[in-house]
Amino acid sequence: MSDADTNEATESATEPDGDGSGGTFGSAIKRGEDVPLLTGDGEYTDDISLRGMTHLAICRSDHAHARIESIDTSDAAAMDGVIAVYTGEDVVESGVPNTIPTAWDLPGLVQPQYRMLATDKVRYEGTGIAAVIAETPHAAHDALERITVEYEPLEHVTDPVEAVERDVPPVHDEAADNVAFDFELGEVDATDEAFADADRVASVDLRQPRIIPNAMEPRAALADWENATGKLRLWMTSQNPHLHRMLLSAGTLGLPENKIQVIAPEVGGGFGSKIYHYPDEAVTAWCSMQLGRPVKWQATRSESYLTDCHGRDHVTTGEIALDDDGTIRGVRVETHAGLGAQLSQFGTATPSYLYTTVLSGQYTIPAIHCRVIGAFTNTTPVDAYRGAGRAEGIYVIERLVDVGARELGIDPAELRRRNLVPPDEFPYESAAALVYDSGEYERAMDLALDHIDYDELRERQRELRDEDRYIGIGIGNFVESAGLSPSGLAGDLGAQAGGWESSIVRFDSTGSVTVLAGTADQGQGHRTTYAQIAAEELGLSVDDVDVVEGDTDRIPQGMGTYGSRSASVGGGSIARGAREVREKARRIAAHQLETSVDDLEFEDGEFRVTGAPDRSLHIQTIAHEAYLGHDLPEGMDPGLEETNFYDPENFTYPFGTHVAVVEVDPETGEIEIERYIAVDDCGEIINPMIVEGQVHGGIAQGIGAALYEGAVYDDNGHLQTRRMDEYAVPHSTQLPEFKTDNTVTPSPHNPIGVKGVGESATIAATPTMVSAVVDALEPFGVDHLDMPLTPESVWRATEGDQ
Amino acid sequence: MSECNISIIVNGEQHELTVEPRTLLVSALRDELGYTGANVGCETGRCGACTVRENSKTIKSCTRLAVQADGSEIETVEGIADNGDLTTLQEQFQEQHGLQCGYCTPGMLMTADTFLRENDDPTREEIREAIEGNLCRCTGYQNIVDAIEATADQLGGQR
Repeated sequence: MSDADTNEATESATEPDGDGSGGTFGSAIKRGEDVPLLTGDGEYTDDISLRGMTHLAICRSDHAHARIESIDTSDAAAMDGVIAVYTGEDVVESGVPNTIPTAWDLPGLVQPQYRMLATDKVRYEGTGIAAVIAETPHAAHDALERITVEYEPLEHVTDPVEAVERDVPPVHDEAADNVAFDFELGEVDATDEAFADADRVASVDLRQPRIIPNAMEPRAALADWENATGKLRLWMTSQNPHLHRMLLSAGTLGLPENKIQVIAPEVGGGFGSKIYHYPDEAVTAWCSMQLGRPVKWQATRSESYLTDCHGRDHVTTGEIALDDDGTIRGVRVETHAGLGAQLSQFGTATPSYLYTTVLSGQYTIPAIHCRVIGAFTNTTPVDAYRGAGRAEGIYVIERLVDVGARELGIDPAELRRRNLVPPDEFPYESAAALVYDSGEYERAMDLALDHIDYDELRERQRELRDEDRYIGIGIGNFVESAGLSPSGLAGDLGAQAGGWESSIVRFDSTGSVTVLAGTADQGQGHRTTYAQIAAEELGLSVDDVDVVEGDTDRIPQGMGTYGSRSASVGGGSIARGAREVREKARRIAAHQLETSVDDLEFEDGEFRVTGAPDRSLHIQTIAHEAYLGHDLPEGMDPGLEETNFYDPENFTYPFGTHVAVVEVDPETGEIEIERYIAVDDCGEIINPMIVEGQVHGGIAQGIGAALYEGAVYDDNGHLQTRRMDEYAVPHSTQLPEFKTDNTVTPSPHNPIGVKGVGESATIAATPTMVSAVVDALEPFGVDHLDMPLTPESVWRATEGDQ
Repeated sequence: MSECNISIIVNGEQHELTVEPRTLLVSALRDELGYTGANVGCETGRCGACTVRENSKTIKSCTRLAVQADGSEIETVEGIADNGDLTTLQEQFQEQHGLQCGYCTPGMLMTADTFLRENDDPTREEIREAIEGNLCRCTGYQNIVDAIEATADQLGGQR
């Protein structure tokens, strides 16, 4: 990694303890998984074909809100090549549980029915109504045109504030005011007192638009029901095959888990969108069960835009109370969060706990209160998108710090500095109910600011303004709660799933190692990263280790990949399992070398008797001995593998500072990104190349949200951004060159000191970009601008029209 | 629906096939002939995941009918490696971490490979412009630009 020099900080109590034997942890090892992806041999769900395979197309509502009066499928069913057409009534009559469940309860939560296919009402454009199975994709899609649905249109609402404040027909009768939950976090009295007592108050009204995740591979499923055995095999685009297996079993299909095999082959990106149990994959499986034939469903891109869970959709008023010396005294936030028309699994957790608990950011804020009203709207369900909740929360606190700095006339870097949690206060319990594990915030911030010679650049900014040139410097400080565990805490807060991760580390009898991991990769490079962890602990080369993911029949249990958790929780589990394997091997070595375990040193995979280095056994030889079972310590079982369930004692808290320098042209509103610096601290770094890649991609998505992206609904509740030429996924000329750097502050409680990095840069980049543009517009009296910062909105702001 | 017989050469191999007139080239390649390297990302010609070469020029095979390619010579990502060995470009994508999920990669490689035939000493800006029609949601493009630049450096105008 050419430009990411690492500043080693505190000594880790939790470093990988492979005694330096493998030497692979921390190296920029190339990804073995790349080769098939480079040659066209990578197998994604749609690349798989089965004998006798049929094709599913789903008839979807073109109304945002309407009562279904009748569905006539007879013409469609009579078409050539059509095998069957099913409606929601057919699913109901089949007697399957037919319930897409939520996975996170909240006090007072309204949980309306969520079926695989709608029967009574459609509540958003894109709601599935009927399923066509045909011999070819063409025949299936043709038949959609011949399904006649009579609707009674109802008034719709797409905005979360209007949904609760305007008198509109409710999305669900159970929630007459469209409020799914009314959530509070923090101390209201203490916060009111802080505001009353503080010298100044600054506020901002802001919107965080809906983001559509846009994984390059649209969702897909291939179901194969085997009548003879009563077993369902389901290939699908999944970030968490075991969670999907559980939800298919308990929620939609009612099959025992041991009769469902979920396989996630290569998955072309996810960013959250492939966590969820959507109706479509369940319908695919159900259709296969009806017909006894394999059924494939491949979403079109427009279906992805209409049905993949969207992210964000917040409307917020935030206030910050400060003293004249820059001390932050309190933060008060009220947010209307759009949930869409149905509750997706983590649609409730994301705008409640994941959002409000990071509102302290990197700062010592004594009093915080936040209220979130979760609103049903006639839109695509909203759930976690990369950065989920944390991104929205950090955006709010960072905007508040910027407006506070403007209010006080204090430099925004200086105001941040005065309020950072100092390194000696960790573990730090914030007023927003989290205990941050470790942090060196000022070191990372200084490093980021040094990259741009901050003070000189401020000087230059002043000079340029005299020439009618407007550069802006944006600062984004972030801290992220990652890992989404421990299970007990998650359960206390309403989670209906655990937060652990599971793995098996297995020596094969001839000395190779297989790691079975419960997470699932969509491009993050788990196979390389995990091999590095296991190889380090076992004193082997990464080439000795093979990693298996994404198959519930091969991997006993898992939670999956979301919340920046794979390296820290999944990797932590692998390290712990590998250590147990190593200790069993040590006992075998001691037995065969006729010494005590305490007299053995372990280096480069070799157990050596202290003081007699020629008496040694290699761990791969011991593996063979363990499976021979001829000469093991008395009472020891043969074999050399361990199953590990790792339930962390806390979240991990990645942090860092991103800085952007932009120039804004007030004539055209165009924004030129001149510099982008990312300083990330994700704890110990397993593979710096992969970490840097995660940061790059995260920045791209964060900049995308700030400048280009956003779902748009028209006055009829129709999604206008439903094609890739209508929704602005950033392309290569719209993004700058990134400069990345790291500090390393290990997580004190993680077995390998890792904090995770998947979401960090997305969380950081969005407030950083907005901060930079608003900073450039200071001479125009602009305190805030809502995303996306299009040339038009920037130009209007310079003209005094915000 | 009436069907058409077409003849195309894919990666040097002659294929005769029968398709509906509306069948897209990408569907013919993937579903009829088993060349699943080219991926379908958007069906609108925007994302470039389906990029292949037709008679030495890159095309987005989701915006082309299979019948239009009748008599053409098509090259897909499966055909660019030399006897199974990765090309310098493919090696550099791995070396520079120019891919994550890999879904855009086949199209990205076809575009880059063709571009480097036309410009063997490109600037970074020229590379960014060349791949503007290929979307990647994972990498932020920088490592892809690095990979293409490193390939040009390594080949040093040999091609």
